[in-house]
Amino acid sequence: MAAAERVPGILGRKIGMTQVYDEQGNVVPVTVVQAGPCDVLQVRTTDRDGYEAVQLGYLDKPRRLAARSERGHVAKLESKRAKSRAAAGVEAIAKAGCEPKRFIREIRGGAGDLQVGSKIDVSALEGVARVDVVGTSKGRGFSGAMKRHNFHGQRATHGVKKCHRALGGTGASAFPSRLFKGKKMPGQYGAARCTMRNQKLVKVDAEQNLLLIRGAVPGPNGGYVVVQQTNKM
Amino acid sequence: MSQQILASVEKSSLKPAEEIQKFEIGDTVDVHTKILEGEKERIQVFSGIVIARSGSGSKEMFTVRRIVAGEGVERKFPLHSPRIAKIDVKRSAVVRRAKLYYMRNRSGKSARLRERRSEQAGTDSK
Repeated sequence: MAAAERVPGILGRKIGMTQVYDEQGNVVPVTVVQAGPCDVLQVRTTDRDGYEAVQLGYLDKPRRLAARSERGHVAKLESKRAKSRAAAGVEAIAKAGCEPKRFIREIRGGAGDLQVGSKIDVSALEGVARVDVVGTSKGRGFSGAMKRHNFHGQRATHGVKKCHRALGGTGASAFPSRLFKGKKMPGQYGAARCTMRNQKLVKVDAEQNLLLIRGAVPGPNGGYVVVQQTNKM
Repeated sequence: MSQQILASVEKSSLKPAEEIQKFEIGDTVDVHTKILEGEKERIQVFSGIVIARSGSGSKEMFTVRRIVAGEGVERKFPLHSPRIAKIDVKRSAVVRRAKLYYMRNRSGKSARLRERRSEQAGTDSK
């Protein structure tokens, strides 16, 4: 299998929305994402892992908050096992040697010239026209069918009583005598992984580590997002 | 922190302060807008009374109201738009509100605003 091409991508945080003007003087609604610099924590290879990807880490986490496993993930730690393995002549796995990270995600695709320990900043996305943005949507709790599935609810008058926002019928009668699986009903809505695909990348500000992405991005301000070159062409 | 970042992003879209003509609510203004017709660019003028200003930063807008053929017409302009070539203040008026939405219910004689000659004249009359 040929080595996969590296997909330019980076981790970041949603700052908020605003609007800017393009060269023609049109208003462009943009979401500002503060992204990187990210450390490469691991490189997945076809030989060892069965697929190719780079694992990135974003934002330092104070050591006092990080578990030992989180600290050991990014840097070498002293341990009995490490000593005995070194004595047995087992080669230690490469570590990035950075602070523990708050947000760690893999970006599928080859590593290119990236190695464990290298850094990525927003300039990696320079020249990319369109991006996919993955985030966690705003949580809406247990929501009714109107909000969750855009049902119409029932009438305000004409004898409707106490069920104006109810979902209505859920199926037939004696046949099939059961509900079909996947029936749209009230339930947990939001706080789920959500991808906005093929969003225009308006501007890359390497000085302030900012990305300006046209349109909305999933999640609240301050939420973590993954921005990568779109695979929808 | 995030507000500061947003402000710095908006900065690139703002017009320099000296380029923006100062005007107040109630002023009668001529707004010169650039309009692209195919290849040619021409200037269109919309004149009327400023009845509202809203938003902040690059999102700041102002509303201009005028009467065209007996029908009220309102147009909302982005203050920092590069398509706005010029804003001319023709006349200032004495107003006591930030939003003159009551002008929508007025017509003819009652839709007039008392003129404010200058800042100085306003204070002298008291």
